[in-house]
Order: sequence, then C-alpha cells, then structure tokens
Amino acid sequence: MTTEPEPKLICIDGQEIPFQHGQTIMDAALAAGIYIPHLCHFPGITPQGNCKLCTVEVNGKPLTACTSPAADGQQIRNNTTELNEARKALTQMLFMEGNHICPSCEKTGNCPLQAMAYHLGMLHGRFPAQYPLRQVDASHPTIMLDRDRCILCSLCVRASREVDGKNVFAIAGRGIHASLIVNTSSGKLADSDIEPSDLAAKICPVGAILIKEHGYDAPIGRRIFDQHKISEIGLEKEIVARVKSDDQ
Amino acid sequence: MTNKPKLKLATTSLAGCFGCHMSFLDMDERLVELLEQIEFDRSPFTDIKQLGPCDIGLIEGGVCNAENVHVLRTFREHCRILVAVGACAINGGVPAMRNHYSLQECLEEVYLNSPDTVNPHIPNDPELPLLLDKVYPVHEVVKIDYFLPGCPPTGDAFYSLLKDLIGGREPQVEKGRLRYD
Repeated sequence: MTTEPEPKLICIDGQEIPFQHGQTIMDAALAAGIYIPHLCHFPGITPQGNCKLCTVEVNGKPLTACTSPAADGQQIRNNTTELNEARKALTQMLFMEGNHICPSCEKTGNCPLQAMAYHLGMLHGRFPAQYPLRQVDASHPTIMLDRDRCILCSLCVRASREVDGKNVFAIAGRGIHASLIVNTSSGKLADSDIEPSDLAAKICPVGAILIKEHGYDAPIGRRIFDQHKISEIGLEKEIVARVKSDDQ
Repeated sequence: MTNKPKLKLATTSLAGCFGCHMSFLDMDERLVELLEQIEFDRSPFTDIKQLGPCDIGLIEGGVCNAENVHVLRTFREHCRILVAVGACAINGGVPAMRNHYSLQECLEEVYLNSPDTVNPHIPNDPELPLLLDKVYPVHEVVKIDYFLPGCPPTGDAFYSLLKDLIGGREPQVEKGRLRYD
C-alpha cells in the first residue's frame, strides 16, 4: 500500500501555500500569487539577493526570500508594517545613492524602482542626497548606459551571461565604490556584442540601460505603471515585452 | 462661514520653475472655497514681500543660492507647518542635474562657452546672490514637516493637502495617487 506524500507547506502572513522541492520562498510565493516586494529578482535568472527588498522574517529571522529555500513549516512574515518601513528605507537609500531625477528620466512610468517607491509610499529621500559623479556611456548606436540611475541589482550582468549567452556586464569594486562596468578592453558598450534584442538590454529595473530613440514611444500616462501596480504578479515579462527597439 | 480665524498661508519658489505654483492655481474654483478658510501672506500670488507669522508655508524648488537659504530659513522661523512641494524641493529635481559639474564649469559653460553668447563674462554684480556649490533638497537645510511629491503635484494633491491641514489632520498622500513626474 502506498500513501500520498503529505504536501509540503510554508505559511506566509497566515496563509498556507504549497511548494516544490528546490523552490525558494520567492518562487513559492509568486506561484501562489503572493507579492513579496523585489527589484533584483527575475523569474528564470539565478537569484543573488542584492536589493534586499524581499527580506521577510522566516521563523523570526530576516532572510531574503529570493535566495532562501522554502522548507516545510516555515512561518513567514511578509506584508508587515515593520518590513515595509524597512523596505521603504532601503528604497530611499537607492534613490539617494544615485541620481534619480524622475521628471527628466525616459524610464518614468515604466520604472520598477519608481513603482516600488509608490508601492511603499515614499514621499521623500530621508537620507542625505549623495549626487555621485558617474560615467554615462553613449558610445553604442542603439543602447544607452546611464550609470547615474544604476542600483547595482546585477540583473543585466546575470541576463547577459545566463540568457543571452554573452558576458557584457560586470560589477566592479565593493561597497559605495561598486559600479557597473562593461567587459570590453575599452570599457565602452560600443565595443561589446550587446544587441537591443538581448534580455540584458531590456531587463534594467531603472533607467540605467535604455534603448535609444524609443524612450517616448509610449506617452506618459499610458506607461506600464500608469496601468499596473508593481504588486501584480508576473509583470516582469510585460515590462521586458514593452521595451521596444528597431530590430523588432 | 464660521468666525474661526483664517489660517495664514505663505508660498515661495526657490530653485524651481513656478510649475508648482501654476499647479496650485489648477485648484480652480476650489480656491474660492479655500479662501474662506485661509488667507495668503507672502507669496508670488500676492506679491507681499515681508513674511509675517504664518500657519502654513509651501516651499517650491530646491536650494541653489545664498538667497534661497535665507528665504527658506525665514519661512521656517515664521511658519508653524512647512511643506516641501514638488520634486525640486524634495530632491533637488532638474536643477540638481548641475550637481554633476563644478560651479566653475557650469558658469563657464553658460556665460563663456555657450555658442550664442554675446560679450561673454561671468556675472559678478554684488546684488546677485552667490550660488551654492550644489543644489540641495530643502530638508537638508531646515526641518520640513510634510512632503508633497510630483512634478508638479496636481491641483487635486494641493487641495487634499490643504484640506487636511485646515482640518487639523496629518496630510495623507494616497499611494495610488503618488507621482514623482
């Protein structure tokens, strides 16, 4: 006689959800339609736990949901005032550590960082503005790299290696000195083999990597977060699909 | 109409474009209703130059020169509640894009190297307020009580803020209506 194996469950904010062996807490939550705020996670790409926005309390201990394996019986707190305030503080740091001038950015309305700040109710930057001096790389004919807005999520690094089969980007340096670099001898995007159809060129959750000449294809008011909230599950594919380029 | 004394409201634009003030006027006929409960003190709307004791001060624009610092501190001294209004007041906004360059580079680009400059020289009249090294958010200079994001905040956002303040409530920006652009 065989017995059905008991379904394995984790509990997020009082709701029990099933998971499969090998899934992370983030995977299980997304599959169950539960939103855990995140900026550096993208389905199908190896998680790295960079942005820390997906921090949840697992049996009382803070862990990044995108890198923590789901395990039977975990009691997880996610949508709590304390965690959302901590997420807001992290988002404020991301804004203050870069140069994020939404009114002058092509990505406005299509920007997950901005939408995250809306989601968390961010009204101001809270921390001293750093106004860092960073390099813009406009060398590539169709792709723009504006490091002012880079939040070092490394999605472009991972997408280029894992999906595009290239190795266009890397993160150099550590801590406040970390920066996004291009893996060419000149360090310029023009000398890399990136193409506008690459996932790496489309995956950026801020306005750091942009397809040239298409920034205003969709007018403000008809952009993705004019029509959706960032808490809607499965929006990542939509965000990437909406990035237009001439070769499509 | 009650006999309740009207709240005094002052407004100013520092390193801004007056877009927030224009948007304030987008409250349209609701301004008539508001004027039953508030009256303007110093503001570009009244052209009153001297600031008296006020209940509410609205600051548009970031801090880019010595005069901005002076005006902002005067507003803080005289206003019970000070609100940073719009992207520039909150994080420097578009004027803060000059923070990429040194002040000298900015002045040279605008007054010496710009292709259509006639009689190029950097203005040095002693009446001109001295520029700061960078453009700063207002909350880095004085304490700010509330923030109203947007470039500009909508007329509805101004109305909601003022109705909350008049009613003695903490101003709430509904998450669904939050915009930075």
